[in-house]
Amino acid sequence: MTMKLTIMSEMQRVAEEQHKSLAPLSEDLVLLDSGFDSLCFAVLVARLEDKLGFDPFTIADDTSLPLTIGDLVRVYENAAPAAA
Amino acid sequence: MPHRPLRDWLNEPANGGERFLHGRSASVALADLRDGSSLGGDLAALDGACVLVLTRDQLTAALALIELDGVARRMILCPADFAREHLPVVIAKAGVDAIVTDDDTHDLHTLGVPLHVTCTPAIAPDAATQPGSRQTEWILFTSGTTGIPKMVVHTVESLTSAIKPGPRRDARIVWATFYDIRRYGGLQILLRAVLDGGSLVLSDAAEPLAEHLARLGALGATHVTGTPSHWRRVLMRPEAHAMAPGYVRLSGEIADQAVLDNLHALYPQARVVHAFASTEAGVGFEVADAREGVPAGTIDDPGNGAKLKVEDGSLRISSPGNASRYLGDGDLPLAAPDGFVDTNDMMELRDGRYYFVGRRGRIVNVGGLKVHPEEVEAIINRHPAVRVSLVHPRRNAITGSVVVADVVLREHVDADAEGLRREIVELCIGQLARHKVPASVRFVPSLAFSASGKLARHYA
Repeated sequence: MTMKLTIMSEMQRVAEEQHKSLAPLSEDLVLLDSGFDSLCFAVLVARLEDKLGFDPFTIADDTSLPLTIGDLVRVYENAAPAAA
Repeated sequence: MPHRPLRDWLNEPANGGERFLHGRSASVALADLRDGSSLGGDLAALDGACVLVLTRDQLTAALALIELDGVARRMILCPADFAREHLPVVIAKAGVDAIVTDDDTHDLHTLGVPLHVTCTPAIAPDAATQPGSRQTEWILFTSGTTGIPKMVVHTVESLTSAIKPGPRRDARIVWATFYDIRRYGGLQILLRAVLDGGSLVLSDAAEPLAEHLARLGALGATHVTGTPSHWRRVLMRPEAHAMAPGYVRLSGEIADQAVLDNLHALYPQARVVHAFASTEAGVGFEVADAREGVPAGTIDDPGNGAKLKVEDGSLRISSPGNASRYLGDGDLPLAAPDGFVDTNDMMELRDGRYYFVGRRGRIVNVGGLKVHPEEVEAIINRHPAVRVSLVHPRRNAITGSVVVADVVLREHVDADAEGLRREIVELCIGQLARHKVPASVRFVPSLAFSASGKLARHYA
């Protein structure tokens, strides 16, 4: 599965559990407009760490927070080789 | 009340036969200790001494404690796992001038303590050794802390304040504890056995649980005590059926409904009681209605001479069972000026019952909101497939921390891991505020326990 698909399917799952309705997901969707609140993002990052084995935001302290889903995917893609 | 040394209680008659202290490899008839000694004729040399009781075996420790109360000025109770590297500091702080030991494998002579006395379970008749009348200080180490444990000062009076020996002392009661008797919870059971008439089966850190349970069965243990973690391990052993206690007691950790129900199902004939006590504050209360939490009426009046209150969220105890002070470090008092000792165990009142929610120092901050790991564990443990869980913080870039759960499933659970994970999360969502729901649930084969029989919480 591509990183983008992994992240989007995990977002669907978190939304379902947290009873949040999610906007249609696309690369340029601004994360804060997605229907997720910060707790949902915190859960998403934890779930992705379980799945991928790393959390890009704690690997490097200077990782800036992403604005869009596309940014989020790139943060994970960029961190993946370093963690592997 | 006049001071009564522990050994004097051995002269009280008890109905129903001989009483014993049972170690793993030896047993001692308590009657033999009335006019005999485990200390090889050296008890007189320990008169007024400050004694480090440092034995491998709990039986020799129990014998030494009974003999030394009233004789020694002070005795320091070292549990089996006590870290040897802390001994020089302890010896200096407490002013130790004698060591009682059964351990010839360690070179204790390098510690610079002038007097060494050997303690054995072979009791030698010694008519000269009568109970002393000194008010001996009993020094216990606090559990669950890192670094050098604090030393807490008790006396036999404070340690036994919650024990009310009945008029019909019954020698047929066989006490047993999974605790080390050199820790508060285990020491309570040794003292109960001595005061209340009865025998005691001691545990041994090196003994496999299956063998220990078989031994409890063979010796007919009737009153068995331990932490909820001890009991969860018992629930996981087929040998749990080797014994049939009439009284099961849990203390030292939060007893959740699941562990109470499971014990009731395992031992339907037993009274299942959970209790609160701490090394510093002493015995708080016990709950006998087989439900988790504490009736508010019990906090108002626990019926054991202690005064309890919940203030600023935490349980506070004022009682003759309070320890008097910490030893060393300026002898800091334990109680606040109002006479209450803060247990730092946090409680919440819901529908006329108080529930423990966790330790003050263990609160996790999720985006500015508080979570007690234990309140989340209590919900997860309700799931029928779950044996035990450990909730702990994980660093998170968005909320600072999230809580995550490590879960041990019951044996014979068909693990559709993803389905179970969802069920557990759903259960938590239904019962807890959103920030308390574990962000991640992992299934693990087992969880680590500390030497004091509690879930190891290394994150704290």
